[in-house]
Parts: sequence; C-alpha cells; structure tokens
Amino acid sequence: QKLPATRNPAFSTNEKQTSFDDATHYNNFYEFGTDKADPAANAHTLKTRPWTVQIEGEVKKPQTIDLDRLVKLAPLEERIYRLRCVEGWSMVIPWVGYSLSSLIRQVEPTSNAKYIEFTSLADRSQMPGVKSRVLEWPYVEGLRMDEAMHPLTLLTVGMYGQVLPNQNGAPVRIVVPWKYGFKSAKSIVKIRFLREQPRTAWNGIAPDEYGFYSNVNPNVDHPRWSQATERRIGEGGLFTPKRKTLLFNGYNEVASLYTGMDLKKLY
Amino acid sequence: MAFNPTPTQFKALKAVLFMLALLPFLRMAWLTAAGVPVDPVEFLTHGSGDWALYLLCATLAVTPLRRLTGWNWLVRLRRMVGLFTFFYAFMHFMTFLWFDHFFDVAAMWKDVLKRPFITVGFAAFVLLIPLAATSTNGMIKRLGRNWARLHKVIYAIAPLAILHYWWMKAGKHNFEQPIVWGSIVGVLLLLRVWWSLSRPRTEKRVTTASVRS
Repeated sequence: QKLPATRNPAFSTNEKQTSFDDATHYNNFYEFGTDKADPAANAHTLKTRPWTVQIEGEVKKPQTIDLDRLVKLAPLEERIYRLRCVEGWSMVIPWVGYSLSSLIRQVEPTSNAKYIEFTSLADRSQMPGVKSRVLEWPYVEGLRMDEAMHPLTLLTVGMYGQVLPNQNGAPVRIVVPWKYGFKSAKSIVKIRFLREQPRTAWNGIAPDEYGFYSNVNPNVDHPRWSQATERRIGEGGLFTPKRKTLLFNGYNEVASLYTGMDLKKLY
Repeated sequence: MAFNPTPTQFKALKAVLFMLALLPFLRMAWLTAAGVPVDPVEFLTHGSGDWALYLLCATLAVTPLRRLTGWNWLVRLRRMVGLFTFFYAFMHFMTFLWFDHFFDVAAMWKDVLKRPFITVGFAAFVLLIPLAATSTNGMIKRLGRNWARLHKVIYAIAPLAILHYWWMKAGKHNFEQPIVWGSIVGVLLLLRVWWSLSRPRTEKRVTTASVRS
C-alpha cells in the first residue's frame, strides 16, 4: 500500500539503500520470535486496524488518537536514515513519517514532563513471541524529553514509500537514528510523559549491557562484542571488510544534547 | 537387540553417516554462495557453531548408546563423528578469524582475552586440536594407554562449549536452546559418572581398554 511523502534531503543520507527485501526479512521484533527471520514469517497475524495510541501522563491534553488522525497530524516526509543495530550490523532505510516533536507540541506536555515512554502492543493472540520469557512484556522504550523533541526523532508510519510492513513495527513506530535500533519502539499503543526515567525493556533486564541512552558509540563496547565496526547488510558478501561505526551513528547534530555527560558511564 | 552389521552393511552405514554429517556444510556453502542469507557472517557463525555442538553431543552419545543397546560396533563410527565435530568447530573459528576479524590476529586476541564467552569458546576449540591430531591409528598405537587419558579432555570441552553457548545467548536472554543442549550434555556426562561409580574396579579396566578398539 503506497504512502506518498516528500523527501526531506536535510535529514537524508545519500548512501546506498538496503534492499526492501533485506530490510523486511532481517528483523529483531521479539514479539514475533527471537530469530531474525521470525517477524517476516509470523507478523501477518498482527491486526493494524483499528489502531489507537493512548497519550497520557504529564500532558495538558491526554487523549486517545486514532491511527488515521495520527497519520494526518503533520505532513509526511521521507527520510533516509542509517540504522545501527546493537548486534553490530547496519542498514540504510527510507522511512516515512514526521518529527515526533509535531505530535508532542499538540498534546502539550506539562513542565514536569522530563521523559517520554513508548509502550508496544503485547497481545498473545496476535504475537506468538509474547509467550516467551525472553523479555518482560509489554516492550517499553523511552527517551529524555530533549531527545524526543529533536527533529531527527521520527514518528514513523511507512518505509520505502509504503505503509510500514507488520514486521517493521506497523502501524506506528519511532525511529531514533543516532541510537541502537532497539531504542526505536515498534507497534506503539501508548505514549506516556513522565517525571522520572522509565524502566525500559533491555535496560531493565540487563543494565550492564544495554544502557538507557544506548547512543551508537564505537568507543563503548558491549560486554560481549566490540562496537567499533559494523557490517552493512547487503554490502558485498563475506569478503567485504566491516565499516567503522561512527559516534552517534554519524548524526553529529545531536552531540549538543549530551554535553557534559560522560558517555562511557551513561552509555 | 543384537543387531550386528556385516562388513558391507557397516561400510554403507558409515558412508551414509559421512554424507549426513557433511550435509550441513554443503547447505551452508551453497546458500552462502547463492547469496541467500541476509547476513552471511552471522549465518555461518551460528550454523557452524550449532553443528559443532550437535556432533559433539553425538560423539558423547556413542558410549551410552553402546552400553544401552549392546551395539558395540557403534564405537567404530565414533572417530568420524568426532572429526566432524572438529571440522565444524574449525569452521566456526575460521569464520570468526577470517570474516569477522579479517585475519587481524591482534584484534582476535583482544577479543579472546577480553570477552569471557569467546575465551571459553576458544579454549574449547584449542583443546579439540590434540584430540583431532591423535585420531589416526598410528597415534592410537603410539600413545597406548595415554590415548584414552588424553581423550578424556572431551569431558572438559563439552561443558566449555555449553558455557560458550550460554553466555553468547545471555546477551539476548534467550536461554531456551542452551538449556536443551546443556541438559543433553549433562545427562551424557552424568551417565558416565554413574557408571564409573557403580562399576567394580576390575571391570573398569577392561572397558577402558576396549574403548580404544
């Protein structure tokens, strides 16, 4: 299903895009299974309509937004972002959406809102992976308010000029391109504004391995592997050397959000 | 129960087993050459590691199976299964050294020393080398009694391999498979403990000798 959008070159890379096939058949979406081929095989059971997103917490206008209204809330843009997975691979994907800040401004957070929390759908009848105990369900992710308000943070409803495929987090997800992929919550049903830092999925069960910030950082290793390099999916084959991973995944414009922070401690 | 293959049947059986054990390698090579796996390095790393573990368990299962069924000829298939274990372990290591580190040995050592899950996996692989190297008839004769002693190292390799797998999966809190294979290795090793405790001393010497046959 086509989803027209205007490319925003200011927020797009010219790098070669990952093929649609690879981007839709190599996914981490544990609600549909832990193997990266599972989401493509299992996500057809996800019902993306009707769909609503509940907005609550420290906001002046708490509300439940219907998907159709959400999609039309701001003009849709296409942005070609690098995606870096914490596992050490990367892709280049043309997303369709608009800055999350457009939504945030409309619901008017109170001055108490310091963090934003995204909750993904966790429905056993539609998501076979939810019965596994790999993670605590529902999947929860979060950002600091200034990160959420950064224009790069994309409320995403499509990719490759189409409506988001189920396995990529349909019907609505977040894309935060300077953080490891797991920070970008998929299939969102609830957005909460909070005073305190939320307990997020991976950070909650393994804080030594997955920080709350989880900014892409070649200088901070995962305990089990180095983050200095990455394999670009679809770029050559076995014999293609790995790429150097860039700080903030190359999105240096976010550096000012973290001035004065020790990124080795607050990884 | 007393199935005893004729020499021809045994040869056929061995040939079939050889092909079966080679099949995963052929499949991986074929799919990789055809460009099917989205991430070929991950595909080969996981595939070779999985099959090294499966065949390690098969090797360890020979003695219990032999004891339970009385099929003593099974032991004559063990060397081949053991060598296939080494083959897949070698492939696993080479994928790591070649396609993950591009023969940057310094970077490889940094990984081996810094990351416990790689340390134990590397140790398991290194310990397999003398076992593979002493698998020839000549070496078995030359080493005599020490051959069986040396090959008991497999009892250390198996838990190291499980620990490697466990810690690797711990990164994603996905313990389903490590529990399954850890239990299998556990049962295979505990059977030996049980048998060695419940067996009189004299009989023990006889079976140790027959292991070499």
